[in-house]
Amino acid sequence: MTPIEPAEPAEPAEPTEPAEPSGPTGPNAQSDYLLDATDLSHSFARHGQEPLQVLDGLSLQVRAGEIAAVIGPSGSGKSTLLNILAGLDRPTGGRVHVGGGGGVGYMPQKDLLFPWRTVEDNTILGLEVGGLKKKQARERVAPLFAEFGLSGFEYAYPAQLSGGMRQRAALLRTVAMERPVLLLDEPFGALDSLTRTQMQLWLAETWQRHGWTIVLVTHDIREAVFLADSVHVLTSRPARVARRVEVDLPRPRTADTFGLPAFARLERDLLGALTAGGGPGGLAS
Amino acid sequence: MSPSRVLRLLWPPVLLALVLLVGWQLLADHGIRNPQVLPSLSQVVSAGWHERATIWHNAVPTLRETELGFALSFALSWILATAMDFTPPVRRAVYPILVASQTLPIVAIAPLFVVMFGFGIMPKVLLVALATFFPLTVSLASGFATADGDADRLLRSMGASRWRIFWTVRVPGALPFFFSGLRVAITYAIGGAVFAEYQGAESGLGIYLQQMQQVFRTDLVFATVAVIALFSVILFALTYVLQAWLTPWRKHERAQEAQR
Repeated sequence: MTPIEPAEPAEPAEPTEPAEPSGPTGPNAQSDYLLDATDLSHSFARHGQEPLQVLDGLSLQVRAGEIAAVIGPSGSGKSTLLNILAGLDRPTGGRVHVGGGGGVGYMPQKDLLFPWRTVEDNTILGLEVGGLKKKQARERVAPLFAEFGLSGFEYAYPAQLSGGMRQRAALLRTVAMERPVLLLDEPFGALDSLTRTQMQLWLAETWQRHGWTIVLVTHDIREAVFLADSVHVLTSRPARVARRVEVDLPRPRTADTFGLPAFARLERDLLGALTAGGGPGGLAS
Repeated sequence: MSPSRVLRLLWPPVLLALVLLVGWQLLADHGIRNPQVLPSLSQVVSAGWHERATIWHNAVPTLRETELGFALSFALSWILATAMDFTPPVRRAVYPILVASQTLPIVAIAPLFVVMFGFGIMPKVLLVALATFFPLTVSLASGFATADGDADRLLRSMGASRWRIFWTVRVPGALPFFFSGLRVAITYAIGGAVFAEYQGAESGLGIYLQQMQQVFRTDLVFATVAVIALFSVILFALTYVLQAWLTPWRKHERAQEAQR
Protein backbone atom coordinates (compact mmCIF):
# COMPACT_ATOMS: atom_id res chain seq x y z
CA MET A 1 0.00 0.00 0.00
CA THR A 2 1.45 3.37 -0.99
CA PRO A 3 1.20 6.60 1.02
CA ILE A 4 -1.57 9.05 0.39
CA GLU A 5 0.52 11.12 -2.00
CA PRO A 6 2.43 9.03 -4.49
CA ALA A 7 5.05 11.04 -6.28
CA GLU A 8 4.50 10.76 -10.01
CA PRO A 9 2.71 8.17 -12.06
CA ALA A 10 5.18 5.35 -11.96
CA GLU A 11 6.13 5.75 -15.54
CA PRO A 12 6.36 9.31 -16.88
CA ALA A 13 5.52 10.37 -20.35
CA GLU A 14 7.57 7.69 -22.07
CA PRO A 15 5.67 5.65 -24.64
CA THR A 16 6.07 1.98 -23.98
CA GLU A 17 7.63 0.03 -26.77
CA PRO A 18 4.84 -2.22 -27.97
CA ALA A 19 6.70 -5.46 -28.38
CA GLU A 20 8.17 -5.80 -24.92
CA PRO A 21 6.44 -5.96 -21.57
CA SER A 22 6.66 -2.64 -19.83
CA GLY A 23 9.34 -2.04 -17.29
CA PRO A 24 8.02 -1.11 -13.88
CA THR A 25 5.99 -4.27 -13.40
CA GLY A 26 9.06 -6.03 -12.14
CA PRO A 27 11.03 -8.82 -13.73
CA ASN A 28 9.98 -9.74 -17.23
CA ALA A 29 9.34 -13.36 -16.37
CA GLN A 30 6.02 -14.19 -18.02
CA SER A 31 4.90 -16.34 -15.12
CA ASP A 32 4.41 -13.09 -13.20
CA TYR A 33 1.44 -12.26 -15.34
CA LEU A 34 -1.90 -13.96 -15.11
CA LEU A 35 -2.86 -12.50 -18.46
CA ASP A 36 -0.08 -12.07 -20.96
CA ALA A 37 -0.92 -10.86 -24.45
CA THR A 38 2.21 -10.34 -26.51
CA ASP A 39 2.66 -8.48 -29.75
CA LEU A 40 -0.91 -8.89 -30.96
CA SER A 41 -1.68 -7.82 -34.46
CA HIS A 42 -4.91 -8.22 -36.31
CA SER A 43 -6.18 -7.20 -39.69
CA PHE A 44 -9.43 -7.69 -41.52
CA ALA A 45 -9.54 -8.62 -45.18
CA ARG A 46 -11.49 -6.08 -47.19
CA HIS A 47 -12.99 -6.66 -50.60
CA GLY A 48 -10.92 -4.94 -53.27
CA GLN A 49 -8.91 -2.94 -50.74
CA GLU A 50 -5.88 -3.25 -48.55
CA PRO A 51 -6.56 -5.32 -45.43
CA LEU A 52 -7.58 -3.13 -42.51
CA GLN A 53 -4.91 -3.21 -39.83
CA VAL A 54 -6.66 -2.89 -36.48
CA LEU A 55 -4.03 -4.01 -33.96
CA ASP A 56 -0.33 -3.59 -34.48
CA GLY A 57 2.06 -5.02 -31.93
CA LEU A 58 -0.22 -4.58 -28.95
CA SER A 59 1.00 -6.06 -25.69
CA LEU A 60 -0.92 -6.21 -22.44
CA GLN A 61 0.31 -7.77 -19.23
CA VAL A 62 -1.85 -8.12 -16.16
CA ARG A 63 -0.65 -9.45 -12.82
CA ALA A 64 -2.78 -11.62 -10.59
CA GLY A 65 -5.16 -9.54 -8.50
CA GLU A 66 -4.63 -6.43 -10.61
CA ILE A 67 -7.22 -4.25 -12.25
CA ALA A 68 -5.90 -3.17 -15.62
CA ALA A 69 -7.88 -0.48 -17.40
CA VAL A 70 -7.69 -0.15 -21.16
CA ILE A 71 -8.68 3.22 -22.60
CA GLY A 72 -8.40 4.51 -26.09
CA PRO A 73 -10.03 6.71 -28.69
CA SER A 74 -13.24 5.27 -30.12
CA GLY A 75 -12.69 3.10 -33.15
CA SER A 76 -9.24 2.22 -31.89
CA GLY A 77 -9.84 -1.50 -32.08
CA LYS A 78 -10.92 -2.10 -28.50
CA SER A 79 -13.66 -4.49 -29.53
CA THR A 80 -11.21 -6.46 -31.66
CA LEU A 81 -8.89 -6.69 -28.66
CA LEU A 82 -11.82 -7.82 -26.50
CA ASN A 83 -12.80 -10.51 -28.97
CA ILE A 84 -9.25 -11.81 -29.02
CA LEU A 85 -8.86 -11.76 -25.24
CA ALA A 86 -12.24 -13.44 -24.82
CA GLY A 87 -11.13 -16.18 -27.18
CA LEU A 88 -13.77 -15.37 -29.78
CA ASP A 89 -11.26 -14.42 -32.48
CA ARG A 90 -7.75 -15.57 -33.27
CA PRO A 91 -5.25 -12.75 -33.73
CA THR A 92 -3.43 -12.57 -37.06
CA GLY A 93 -0.21 -12.36 -35.11
CA GLY A 94 1.01 -12.62 -31.52
CA ARG A 95 -0.36 -14.74 -28.73
CA VAL A 96 -2.49 -14.61 -25.60
CA HIS A 97 -1.65 -16.61 -22.52
CA VAL A 98 -3.99 -16.85 -19.56
CA GLY A 99 -2.61 -18.54 -16.48
CA GLY A 100 -4.60 -20.37 -13.87
CA GLY A 101 -6.43 -22.50 -16.43
CA GLY A 102 -9.90 -21.81 -17.74
CA GLY A 103 -9.51 -18.61 -19.70
CA VAL A 104 -11.38 -15.38 -19.38
CA GLY A 105 -14.83 -14.52 -18.03
CA TYR A 106 -16.29 -12.04 -20.47
CA MET A 107 -18.87 -9.43 -19.54
CA PRO A 108 -20.11 -7.68 -22.69
CA GLN A 109 -21.11 -4.05 -22.86
CA LYS A 110 -24.82 -4.88 -23.04
CA ASP A 111 -25.93 -6.75 -19.94
CA LEU A 112 -27.48 -9.46 -22.18
CA LEU A 113 -29.64 -10.80 -19.39
CA PHE A 114 -32.11 -13.09 -21.08
CA PRO A 115 -35.65 -11.82 -20.46
CA TRP A 116 -37.02 -15.37 -20.29
CA ARG A 117 -34.73 -16.42 -17.46
CA THR A 118 -35.11 -15.35 -13.87
CA VAL A 119 -32.24 -13.35 -12.41
CA GLU A 120 -30.96 -16.47 -10.70
CA ASP A 121 -31.09 -18.53 -13.87
CA ASN A 122 -29.31 -15.77 -15.77
CA THR A 123 -26.47 -15.77 -13.29
CA ILE A 124 -25.92 -19.54 -13.55
CA LEU A 125 -25.72 -19.47 -17.34
CA GLY A 126 -21.94 -19.84 -17.50
CA LEU A 127 -21.96 -22.65 -14.95
CA GLU A 128 -24.68 -24.46 -16.87
CA VAL A 129 -22.77 -24.15 -20.12
CA GLY A 130 -19.78 -25.50 -18.21
CA GLY A 131 -21.78 -28.65 -17.53
CA LEU A 132 -23.05 -28.06 -13.99
CA LYS A 133 -26.60 -29.17 -13.14
CA LYS A 134 -29.06 -26.34 -12.52
CA LYS A 135 -29.51 -27.21 -8.87
CA GLN A 136 -25.80 -27.28 -8.09
CA ALA A 137 -25.22 -24.10 -10.08
CA ARG A 138 -27.93 -22.32 -8.09
CA GLU A 139 -26.36 -23.42 -4.82
CA ARG A 140 -23.04 -22.09 -6.07
CA VAL A 141 -24.30 -18.58 -6.89
CA ALA A 142 -26.68 -18.21 -3.93
CA PRO A 143 -24.09 -16.81 -1.48
CA LEU A 144 -23.15 -14.05 -3.93
CA PHE A 145 -26.61 -12.49 -4.16
CA ALA A 146 -26.38 -10.52 -0.92
CA GLU A 147 -23.02 -9.06 -1.79
CA PHE A 148 -24.22 -8.08 -5.25
CA GLY A 149 -27.27 -6.33 -3.79
CA LEU A 150 -29.66 -8.75 -5.45
CA SER A 151 -31.12 -10.55 -2.43
CA GLY A 152 -34.82 -11.10 -2.85
CA PHE A 153 -34.58 -10.74 -6.63
CA GLU A 154 -33.49 -14.31 -7.36
CA TYR A 155 -36.83 -15.18 -8.94
CA ALA A 156 -37.54 -11.81 -10.51
CA TYR A 157 -37.22 -11.35 -14.25
CA PRO A 158 -34.62 -8.93 -15.62
CA ALA A 159 -37.37 -6.54 -16.74
CA GLN A 160 -38.11 -5.94 -13.07
CA LEU A 161 -34.57 -4.77 -12.25
CA SER A 162 -33.09 -1.27 -12.31
CA GLY A 163 -30.14 -0.46 -14.58
CA GLY A 164 -27.58 -0.79 -11.80
CA MET A 165 -29.03 -4.08 -10.63
CA ARG A 166 -28.94 -5.45 -14.16
CA GLN A 167 -25.23 -4.65 -14.41
CA ARG A 168 -24.57 -6.28 -11.05
CA ALA A 169 -26.48 -9.37 -12.19
CA ALA A 170 -24.42 -9.48 -15.38
CA LEU A 171 -21.25 -9.16 -13.32
CA LEU A 172 -22.43 -11.89 -10.97
CA ARG A 173 -22.97 -14.13 -13.99
CA THR A 174 -19.37 -13.41 -15.06
CA VAL A 175 -17.86 -13.87 -11.60
CA ALA A 176 -19.78 -17.09 -10.95
CA MET A 177 -17.82 -18.88 -13.67
CA GLU A 178 -14.72 -18.49 -11.47
CA ARG A 179 -12.45 -17.89 -14.42
CA PRO A 180 -9.02 -16.54 -13.47
CA VAL A 181 -9.43 -13.28 -15.39
CA LEU A 182 -12.52 -11.09 -15.75
CA LEU A 183 -12.87 -9.09 -18.95
CA LEU A 184 -15.30 -6.21 -18.48
CA ASP A 185 -16.33 -4.18 -21.53
CA GLU A 186 -17.53 -0.76 -20.41
CA PRO A 187 -19.57 -2.34 -17.64
CA PHE A 188 -21.14 0.92 -16.46
CA GLY A 189 -21.21 2.78 -19.78
CA ALA A 190 -24.98 2.70 -20.16
CA LEU A 191 -25.79 3.94 -16.66
CA ASP A 192 -26.60 7.46 -15.58
CA SER A 193 -23.77 9.35 -13.95
CA LEU A 194 -24.94 8.94 -10.34
CA THR A 195 -25.60 5.22 -10.66
CA ARG A 196 -22.29 4.80 -12.42
CA THR A 197 -20.41 6.39 -9.54
CA GLN A 198 -22.27 4.22 -7.04
CA MET A 199 -21.36 1.14 -9.07
CA GLN A 200 -17.71 2.17 -9.19
CA LEU A 201 -17.62 2.59 -5.42
CA TRP A 202 -19.36 -0.75 -5.00
CA LEU A 203 -16.98 -2.51 -7.38
CA ALA A 204 -13.91 -1.05 -5.64
CA GLU A 205 -15.25 -2.26 -2.30
CA THR A 206 -16.20 -5.72 -3.57
CA TRP A 207 -12.91 -6.15 -5.42
CA GLN A 208 -11.13 -5.42 -2.15
CA ARG A 209 -12.64 -8.59 -0.68
CA HIS A 210 -12.18 -10.88 -3.68
CA GLY A 211 -9.03 -9.64 -5.37
CA TRP A 212 -10.27 -10.50 -8.83
CA THR A 213 -7.94 -10.01 -11.79
CA ILE A 214 -9.77 -7.66 -14.11
CA VAL A 215 -9.26 -6.20 -17.54
CA LEU A 216 -11.54 -3.19 -17.66
CA VAL A 217 -12.21 -1.58 -21.01
CA THR A 218 -13.62 1.89 -20.57
CA HIS A 219 -14.08 5.31 -22.13
CA ASP A 220 -14.11 6.97 -18.77
CA ILE A 221 -10.75 8.29 -17.54
CA ARG A 222 -12.09 8.89 -14.01
CA GLU A 223 -13.35 5.33 -13.85
CA ALA A 224 -10.00 4.00 -15.07
CA VAL A 225 -8.03 6.00 -12.50
CA PHE A 226 -10.41 5.24 -9.67
CA LEU A 227 -10.60 1.48 -10.18
CA ALA A 228 -7.36 0.43 -11.82
CA ASP A 229 -3.85 -0.42 -10.75
CA SER A 230 -2.56 0.19 -14.23
CA VAL A 231 -4.02 2.13 -17.13
CA HIS A 232 -3.12 1.16 -20.67
CA VAL A 233 -3.64 3.92 -23.21
CA LEU A 234 -4.19 2.73 -26.76
CA THR A 235 -3.22 4.66 -29.86
CA SER A 236 -5.75 5.23 -32.60
CA ARG A 237 -5.98 2.55 -35.26
CA PRO A 238 -3.90 0.46 -35.71
CA ALA A 239 -3.85 0.16 -31.96
CA ARG A 240 -0.93 -0.58 -29.72
CA VAL A 241 -0.33 0.41 -26.11
CA ALA A 242 1.03 3.94 -26.19
CA ARG A 243 1.50 4.21 -22.45
CA ARG A 244 1.17 2.09 -19.40
CA VAL A 245 0.47 4.26 -16.35
CA GLU A 246 0.70 2.74 -12.88
CA VAL A 247 -1.97 4.07 -10.56
CA ASP A 248 -0.44 4.23 -7.12
CA LEU A 249 -3.48 5.53 -5.32
CA PRO A 250 -4.01 3.90 -1.93
CA ARG A 251 -6.33 1.00 -1.39
CA PRO A 252 -9.04 0.58 -0.35
CA ARG A 253 -10.42 3.23 -2.66
CA THR A 254 -13.44 5.13 -1.44
CA ALA A 255 -15.32 8.29 -2.29
CA ASP A 256 -12.41 10.22 -0.74
CA THR A 257 -10.09 8.88 -3.43
CA PHE A 258 -11.71 11.20 -5.97
CA GLY A 259 -10.46 14.18 -3.96
CA LEU A 260 -6.79 13.25 -3.79
CA PRO A 261 -4.37 15.57 -5.60
CA ALA A 262 -2.73 12.52 -7.15
CA PHE A 263 -6.09 11.51 -8.56
CA ALA A 264 -6.46 14.80 -10.38
CA ARG A 265 -2.89 14.63 -11.61
CA LEU A 266 -3.34 11.13 -13.02
CA GLU A 267 -6.59 12.09 -14.65
CA ARG A 268 -5.01 15.11 -16.30
CA ASP A 269 -2.00 13.11 -17.38
CA LEU A 270 -4.16 10.45 -19.00
CA LEU A 271 -6.33 13.00 -20.70
CA GLY A 272 -3.18 14.48 -22.16
CA ALA A 273 -1.99 11.09 -23.35
CA LEU A 274 -5.34 10.43 -25.00
CA THR A 275 -5.80 13.76 -26.73
CA ALA A 276 -2.22 13.70 -27.99
CA GLY A 277 -3.09 10.49 -29.77
CA GLY A 278 -0.97 8.65 -27.26
CA GLY A 279 2.21 10.33 -28.45
CA PRO A 280 5.03 11.43 -26.15
CA GLY A 281 5.00 14.67 -24.23
CA GLY A 282 1.30 14.80 -24.35
CA LEU A 283 -0.56 17.30 -22.19
CA ALA A 284 -3.49 18.60 -24.12
CA SER A 285 -3.40 22.32 -23.65
CA MET B 1 -57.20 -6.08 -14.28
CA SER B 2 -59.89 -4.26 -12.31
CA PRO B 3 -63.57 -4.84 -13.14
CA SER B 4 -64.05 -1.23 -14.23
CA ARG B 5 -61.16 -1.53 -16.65
CA VAL B 6 -62.60 -4.78 -18.06
CA LEU B 7 -65.90 -2.98 -18.56
CA ARG B 8 -64.21 -0.05 -20.27
CA LEU B 9 -62.39 -2.37 -22.66
CA LEU B 10 -65.38 -4.57 -23.36
CA TRP B 11 -68.28 -2.23 -23.99
CA PRO B 12 -67.33 -1.10 -27.55
CA PRO B 13 -67.14 -4.61 -29.08
CA VAL B 14 -70.18 -5.80 -27.13
CA LEU B 15 -72.22 -2.78 -28.18
CA LEU B 16 -71.26 -3.14 -31.83
CA ALA B 17 -72.12 -6.85 -31.82
CA LEU B 18 -75.52 -6.11 -30.27
CA VAL B 19 -76.29 -3.41 -32.83
CA LEU B 20 -75.38 -5.75 -35.70
CA LEU B 21 -77.44 -8.63 -34.30
CA VAL B 22 -80.51 -6.49 -33.66
CA GLY B 23 -80.15 -4.92 -37.12
CA TRP B 24 -79.98 -8.40 -38.64
CA GLN B 25 -83.10 -9.54 -36.78
CA LEU B 26 -85.03 -6.44 -37.86
CA LEU B 27 -83.87 -6.73 -41.47
CA ALA B 28 -84.90 -10.39 -41.61
CA ASP B 29 -88.25 -9.87 -39.90
CA HIS B 30 -89.37 -6.67 -41.57
CA GLY B 31 -87.20 -6.20 -44.69
CA ILE B 32 -86.46 -9.39 -46.52
CA ARG B 33 -89.00 -11.73 -44.94
CA ASN B 34 -87.66 -14.78 -46.77
CA PRO B 35 -85.84 -17.24 -44.49
CA GLN B 36 -84.26 -18.99 -47.48
CA VAL B 37 -82.49 -15.79 -48.39
CA LEU B 38 -81.89 -14.38 -44.92
CA PRO B 39 -83.12 -16.24 -41.87
CA SER B 40 -83.51 -14.18 -38.74
CA LEU B 41 -81.24 -14.55 -35.76
CA SER B 42 -83.89 -16.36 -33.75
CA GLN B 43 -84.55 -18.79 -36.62
CA VAL B 44 -80.86 -19.57 -36.92
CA VAL B 45 -80.51 -20.15 -33.18
CA SER B 46 -83.56 -22.39 -32.88
CA ALA B 47 -82.71 -24.40 -36.04
CA GLY B 48 -79.13 -24.82 -34.89
CA TRP B 49 -80.26 -25.90 -31.42
CA HIS B 50 -82.73 -28.35 -32.89
CA GLU B 51 -80.05 -29.92 -35.08
CA ARG B 52 -77.31 -29.70 -32.46
CA ALA B 53 -76.70 -33.44 -32.41
CA THR B 54 -76.19 -33.57 -36.17
CA ILE B 55 -73.98 -30.51 -36.16
CA TRP B 56 -71.85 -31.94 -33.37
CA HIS B 57 -71.66 -35.28 -35.15
CA ASN B 58 -70.26 -33.43 -38.17
CA ALA B 59 -68.02 -31.18 -36.13
CA VAL B 60 -66.07 -34.09 -34.63
CA PRO B 61 -64.38 -35.21 -37.89
CA THR B 62 -63.68 -31.59 -38.85
CA LEU B 63 -61.96 -30.93 -35.53
CA ARG B 64 -60.06 -34.18 -35.86
CA GLU B 65 -58.76 -33.17 -39.31
CA THR B 66 -57.84 -29.74 -38.02
CA GLU B 67 -55.97 -31.24 -35.10
CA LEU B 68 -54.01 -33.74 -37.19
CA GLY B 69 -53.26 -31.28 -39.97
CA PHE B 70 -52.13 -28.69 -37.49
CA ALA B 71 -49.95 -31.16 -35.61
CA LEU B 72 -48.32 -32.17 -38.89
CA SER B 73 -47.76 -28.57 -39.87
CA PHE B 74 -46.42 -27.72 -36.40
CA ALA B 75 -43.87 -30.55 -36.45
CA LEU B 76 -42.77 -29.81 -40.02
CA SER B 77 -42.41 -26.10 -39.35
CA TRP B 78 -40.08 -26.68 -36.36
CA ILE B 79 -37.98 -29.21 -38.25
CA LEU B 80 -37.71 -27.03 -41.33
CA ALA B 81 -37.13 -23.73 -39.53
CA THR B 82 -34.42 -25.36 -37.39
CA ALA B 83 -32.72 -26.76 -40.48
CA MET B 84 -32.96 -23.35 -42.12
CA ASP B 85 -31.40 -21.72 -39.06
CA PHE B 86 -28.48 -24.14 -38.92
CA THR B 87 -27.61 -24.20 -42.61
CA PRO B 88 -27.94 -21.07 -44.76
CA PRO B 89 -27.99 -23.10 -48.02
CA VAL B 90 -31.10 -24.92 -46.77
CA ARG B 91 -32.64 -21.55 -45.98
CA ARG B 92 -31.94 -20.26 -49.45
CA ALA B 93 -33.16 -23.49 -51.04
CA VAL B 94 -36.37 -23.78 -49.04
CA TYR B 95 -37.57 -20.18 -48.85
CA PRO B 96 -38.70 -19.79 -52.50
CA ILE B 97 -40.56 -23.10 -52.37
CA LEU B 98 -42.17 -22.05 -49.12
CA VAL B 99 -43.44 -18.82 -50.63
CA ALA B 100 -44.61 -20.66 -53.73
CA SER B 101 -46.51 -23.14 -51.57
CA GLN B 102 -48.43 -20.28 -50.04
CA THR B 103 -49.45 -18.86 -53.41
CA LEU B 104 -50.98 -22.16 -54.58
CA PRO B 105 -54.72 -21.63 -54.84
CA ILE B 106 -56.34 -24.09 -52.45
CA VAL B 107 -59.32 -24.19 -54.80
CA ALA B 108 -57.11 -25.90 -57.34
CA ILE B 109 -55.18 -28.11 -54.95
CA ALA B 110 -58.09 -29.51 -52.93
CA PRO B 111 -59.66 -31.58 -55.76
CA LEU B 112 -56.20 -32.82 -56.73
CA PHE B 113 -55.60 -34.07 -53.21
CA VAL B 114 -58.90 -35.95 -53.37
CA VAL B 115 -57.80 -37.58 -56.64
CA MET B 116 -54.47 -38.51 -55.09
CA PHE B 117 -55.52 -39.56 -51.62
CA GLY B 118 -59.19 -40.47 -51.89
CA PHE B 119 -62.17 -39.38 -49.80
CA GLY B 120 -60.69 -40.33 -46.42
CA ILE B 121 -59.12 -38.10 -43.83
CA MET B 122 -55.76 -37.83 -45.60
CA PRO B 123 -56.46 -35.06 -48.15
CA LYS B 124 -58.12 -32.92 -45.44
CA VAL B 125 -55.20 -33.26 -43.08
CA LEU B 126 -52.80 -32.35 -45.87
CA LEU B 127 -54.83 -29.33 -46.89
CA VAL B 128 -54.92 -28.00 -43.31
CA ALA B 129 -51.17 -28.53 -43.12
CA LEU B 130 -50.64 -26.76 -46.44
CA ALA B 131 -52.73 -23.77 -45.36
CA THR B 132 -51.00 -23.35 -42.00
CA PHE B 133 -47.46 -24.41 -42.77
CA PHE B 134 -46.27 -21.15 -44.28
CA PRO B 135 -47.09 -18.71 -41.48
CA LEU B 136 -45.74 -21.11 -38.86
CA THR B 137 -42.43 -21.76 -40.61
CA VAL B 138 -41.79 -18.19 -41.67
CA SER B 139 -42.55 -16.72 -38.25
CA LEU B 140 -40.37 -19.30 -36.56
CA ALA B 141 -37.48 -18.89 -38.98
CA SER B 142 -37.52 -15.12 -38.70
CA GLY B 143 -37.81 -15.43 -34.91
CA PHE B 144 -34.63 -17.52 -34.86
CA ALA B 145 -32.92 -15.03 -37.13
CA THR B 146 -33.62 -12.04 -34.86
CA ALA B 147 -31.48 -13.54 -32.09
CA ASP B 148 -28.94 -11.06 -30.74
CA GLY B 149 -25.46 -11.59 -32.18
CA ASP B 150 -23.94 -10.35 -28.94
CA ALA B 151 -25.79 -13.04 -26.98
CA ASP B 152 -24.27 -15.51 -29.38
CA ARG B 153 -20.80 -14.14 -28.63
CA LEU B 154 -21.40 -14.23 -24.89
CA LEU B 155 -22.35 -17.89 -25.00
CA ARG B 156 -19.45 -18.75 -27.26
CA SER B 157 -17.09 -17.06 -24.79
CA MET B 158 -18.54 -19.39 -22.16
CA GLY B 159 -17.72 -22.32 -24.42
CA ALA B 160 -21.26 -23.15 -25.54
CA SER B 161 -21.94 -25.43 -28.50
CA ARG B 162 -24.12 -24.45 -31.45
CA TRP B 163 -26.97 -26.56 -30.09
CA ARG B 164 -26.66 -25.05 -26.64
CA ILE B 165 -26.85 -21.56 -28.15
CA PHE B 166 -29.85 -22.61 -30.20
CA TRP B 167 -31.79 -23.87 -27.18
CA THR B 168 -30.64 -21.21 -24.77
CA VAL B 169 -31.00 -18.10 -26.92
CA ARG B 170 -32.69 -18.69 -30.22
CA VAL B 171 -35.67 -20.83 -29.23
CA PRO B 172 -36.91 -18.68 -26.32
CA GLY B 173 -36.25 -15.53 -28.34
CA ALA B 174 -38.30 -16.86 -31.25
CA LEU B 175 -41.36 -17.77 -29.19
CA PRO B 176 -43.14 -14.37 -29.40
CA PHE B 177 -42.70 -14.47 -33.19
CA PHE B 178 -43.89 -18.03 -33.31
CA PHE B 179 -47.08 -17.14 -31.48
CA SER B 180 -47.84 -14.36 -33.97
CA GLY B 181 -47.52 -16.91 -36.76
CA LEU B 182 -49.57 -19.41 -34.78
CA ARG B 183 -52.46 -16.97 -34.53
CA VAL B 184 -52.46 -16.34 -38.27
CA ALA B 185 -52.21 -20.05 -38.98
CA ILE B 186 -54.95 -21.10 -36.59
CA THR B 187 -57.50 -18.91 -38.35
CA TYR B 188 -56.75 -20.76 -41.59
CA ALA B 189 -56.83 -24.20 -40.01
CA ILE B 190 -60.56 -24.94 -39.61
CA GLY B 191 -61.37 -23.09 -42.81
CA GLY B 192 -58.90 -25.36 -44.61
CA ALA B 193 -60.54 -28.48 -43.20
CA VAL B 194 -64.05 -27.29 -44.10
CA PHE B 195 -62.97 -26.44 -47.62
CA ALA B 196 -61.32 -29.84 -48.05
CA GLU B 197 -64.57 -31.52 -47.00
CA TYR B 198 -66.40 -29.60 -49.71
CA GLN B 199 -64.52 -31.74 -52.22
CA GLY B 200 -66.11 -34.86 -50.84
CA ALA B 201 -66.34 -36.46 -47.44
CA GLU B 202 -68.51 -38.89 -45.52
CA SER B 203 -69.12 -36.46 -42.70
CA GLY B 204 -67.85 -33.11 -41.54
CA LEU B 205 -69.02 -29.54 -41.26
CA GLY B 206 -67.97 -28.83 -44.85
CA ILE B 207 -70.06 -31.56 -46.38
CA TYR B 208 -72.94 -30.73 -44.03
CA LEU B 209 -72.83 -27.10 -45.16
CA GLN B 210 -72.98 -28.21 -48.77
CA GLN B 211 -75.96 -30.50 -48.15
CA MET B 212 -77.90 -27.80 -46.29
CA GLN B 213 -77.27 -25.34 -49.12
CA GLN B 214 -78.66 -27.84 -51.60
CA VAL B 215 -81.91 -28.19 -49.64
CA PHE B 216 -82.17 -24.43 -49.02
CA ARG B 217 -81.82 -24.70 -45.24
CA THR B 218 -80.16 -21.31 -45.09
CA ASP B 219 -80.84 -21.16 -41.36
CA LEU B 220 -78.72 -24.28 -40.78
CA VAL B 221 -76.02 -22.96 -43.09
CA PHE B 222 -75.85 -19.88 -40.89
CA ALA B 223 -75.85 -21.97 -37.73
CA THR B 224 -73.00 -24.14 -39.04
CA VAL B 225 -70.98 -21.12 -40.09
CA ALA B 226 -71.48 -19.70 -36.60
CA VAL B 227 -70.18 -22.94 -35.08
CA ILE B 228 -67.11 -22.85 -37.35
CA ALA B 229 -66.46 -19.24 -36.37
CA LEU B 230 -66.88 -20.13 -32.70
CA PHE B 231 -64.30 -22.93 -32.94
CA SER B 232 -61.84 -20.60 -34.67
CA VAL B 233 -62.28 -17.95 -32.00
CA ILE B 234 -61.76 -20.53 -29.24
CA LEU B 235 -58.56 -21.79 -30.87
CA PHE B 236 -57.41 -18.21 -31.34
CA ALA B 237 -58.02 -17.46 -27.66
CA LEU B 238 -56.20 -20.65 -26.69
CA THR B 239 -53.02 -19.35 -28.34
CA TYR B 240 -53.03 -16.49 -25.81
CA VAL B 241 -53.48 -18.89 -22.91
CA LEU B 242 -50.65 -21.03 -24.23
CA GLN B 243 -48.44 -18.01 -24.75
CA ALA B 244 -49.02 -16.65 -21.26
CA TRP B 245 -48.15 -20.08 -19.91
CA LEU B 246 -45.03 -20.59 -22.03
CA THR B 247 -43.66 -17.05 -21.92
CA PRO B 248 -44.35 -15.85 -18.36
CA TRP B 249 -41.65 -13.16 -18.59
CA ARG B 250 -43.55 -11.22 -21.22
CA LYS B 251 -45.99 -9.68 -18.80
CA HIS B 252 -43.10 -8.13 -16.85
CA GLU B 253 -41.63 -6.77 -20.06
CA ARG B 254 -44.95 -5.24 -21.02
CA ALA B 255 -45.39 -3.77 -17.54
CA GLN B 256 -41.93 -2.26 -17.89
CA GLU B 257 -42.75 -0.82 -21.32
CA ALA B 258 -45.98 0.64 -19.98
CA GLN B 259 -44.04 2.48 -17.28
CA ARG B 260 -41.81 4.22 -19.79
